[in-house]
Amino acid sequence: MNKIANKQEICNVLLEESVADKDIVVLCSDSRGSASMTNFAEQRPQQFIEVGIAEQNLVSISAGLASCGKKVFAVSPASFLSTRSMEQAKVDVAYSNTNVTLVGISGGVSYGALGMTHHSTNDIAVMASIPNMRVYLPSDHLQTRCLIRSLLKDKLPAYIRVGRNAVDPVYEEGSVPFVLDKAVLVRDGQDVTIIACGEMVLAAKEAAELLANNGIDARVLDMYCLKPMDEAAVRKAAAETKLLITVEEHVKAGGLGAMVSQIVAEHHPRKVVNLSLPDEPVVTGKSAEVFAHYGLNATGIAQKIMELI
Amino acid sequence: MTTGVELKKKSYEIRKDIVSLVHHAGTGHIGGDLSVTDILVALYYKHMNIDPHNTEDPARDRFVLSKGHSVEALYCVLADRGFFPREELQTYSTYGSKYIGHPNNKINGIEMNTGSLGHGLSIGVGMALAARMDQKPYRVYVVLGDGEMAEGSVWEGIMAGGHYKLDQLTAFVDRNRLQISGTTEAVMGQERQEDRWAAFGWHVISIEGNDVDEIDKAVEEAKATKGRPTVIIANTVKGCGVSLMENKAGWHHRVPTDEEYNEAILELNQRGILL
Repeated sequence: MNKIANKQEICNVLLEESVADKDIVVLCSDSRGSASMTNFAEQRPQQFIEVGIAEQNLVSISAGLASCGKKVFAVSPASFLSTRSMEQAKVDVAYSNTNVTLVGISGGVSYGALGMTHHSTNDIAVMASIPNMRVYLPSDHLQTRCLIRSLLKDKLPAYIRVGRNAVDPVYEEGSVPFVLDKAVLVRDGQDVTIIACGEMVLAAKEAAELLANNGIDARVLDMYCLKPMDEAAVRKAAAETKLLITVEEHVKAGGLGAMVSQIVAEHHPRKVVNLSLPDEPVVTGKSAEVFAHYGLNATGIAQKIMELI
Repeated sequence: MTTGVELKKKSYEIRKDIVSLVHHAGTGHIGGDLSVTDILVALYYKHMNIDPHNTEDPARDRFVLSKGHSVEALYCVLADRGFFPREELQTYSTYGSKYIGHPNNKINGIEMNTGSLGHGLSIGVGMALAARMDQKPYRVYVVLGDGEMAEGSVWEGIMAGGHYKLDQLTAFVDRNRLQISGTTEAVMGQERQEDRWAAFGWHVISIEGNDVDEIDKAVEEAKATKGRPTVIIANTVKGCGVSLMENKAGWHHRVPTDEEYNEAILELNQRGILL
């Protein structure tokens, strides 16, 4: 399998699309290297702007460019982009309705041992709470490619979070199911539904395989579109399976689990269990170690479901 | 409208509109409206390349009111310039109106929503960068308040404007020396504004900011300045033109009584006639 980091794929797509589309502009905040945007900066110097370590400026300048017809991608670590410049995201991007895609790179606990300053375990809650802001956490580079191409077709604000590391793909090259703002049915099942986003989708898919070996038929939904969330897919899962498990690299407050629970509670009451990061600085370790510590991997998810069923 | 006298007369007309609007609606930031009026008049009646009937023209000049709370002044200018029917301002601040207490880009002629201080200059930097990328000659004007200069993000914008040598960008600081809690110098000192901007690579012009002739000359100088952005430190008077409001922090957002309103209109009429 071809492992490519989602952030690298964003650069690849933007390099391809910007050959013909000179209105595509990428901005970084001294983050071109960590964002895998060095190639873009070098190959499209006329369409790349460096703002230095100034995330508020990054987002306001992006909005100014967008108001003049540019298709802007502001790329910066998710931890700083989502909170340091939250107000600029709210006012200059969402409220002014500018064509800016905020790309939070190395999201969640990607930065591992660098600590909570560099973690963005609340960015879904932050960005989704802003009226007129869309929020996406793609699961692999193939879906990331589809998402970026799709977002280039509209002029609306969006926030995307991607991880730091190259991860195994969830989908297969050449057959990537993708409709913007529709959850992807990764695996159908009748006993339980696992709803995941971002890097947790692969873990959910592998958990479903472990569960199958134990006679449990798990459905897996890739809810890369946190907002607007695919409510129909959630309601269908609540109607057709006895238990819903949400899995996210995020705290419980305002995340995937909270949003799914709201939909289920209102439309089709059913037990929902949220697997998430804790409401405290996470344990020190690499992503995989942190995930394992909190049960956010295939084994942890499968075990939790075995306990519940 | 090109002569100084015409512009000055217009400033008094706009001031009357502002006082009437705030009095009618019972809300507004009248002090700052009256300090920034002459800057808006110089830009909207003389310098800016804008067409009320073609507000999407890619070649248009851009304006951002970073001190968004002075929106009543902007509304009165835009209405008078024909961007929307004057009668629509009767709905200002009322239920369901798009004419809210800060700039709203659902209104014809308003580019960006502002109101939270410290955003507008960086937005202007983005606009000026877009102009450069597209090799278009349009100019970008941003008006900041002096109290606003305490926002750290302003300095990120100043830094970027200087770094990218954005000579199509002109900033104004409406230096009326008062903010809601008192004098700027008591709240957070803003002394030596000129030196601060110059240190970041900006061309600095300091003027009497309620003198349309001086504003006119400064904007001409900004247009002729190449290789760096220009800031015009406009030394203004809060509440300018209405004696009972001038230089009083309390008029940051006080609403005139009927008596005060009548007195203000009378004075503005007299000042206009004397020109």
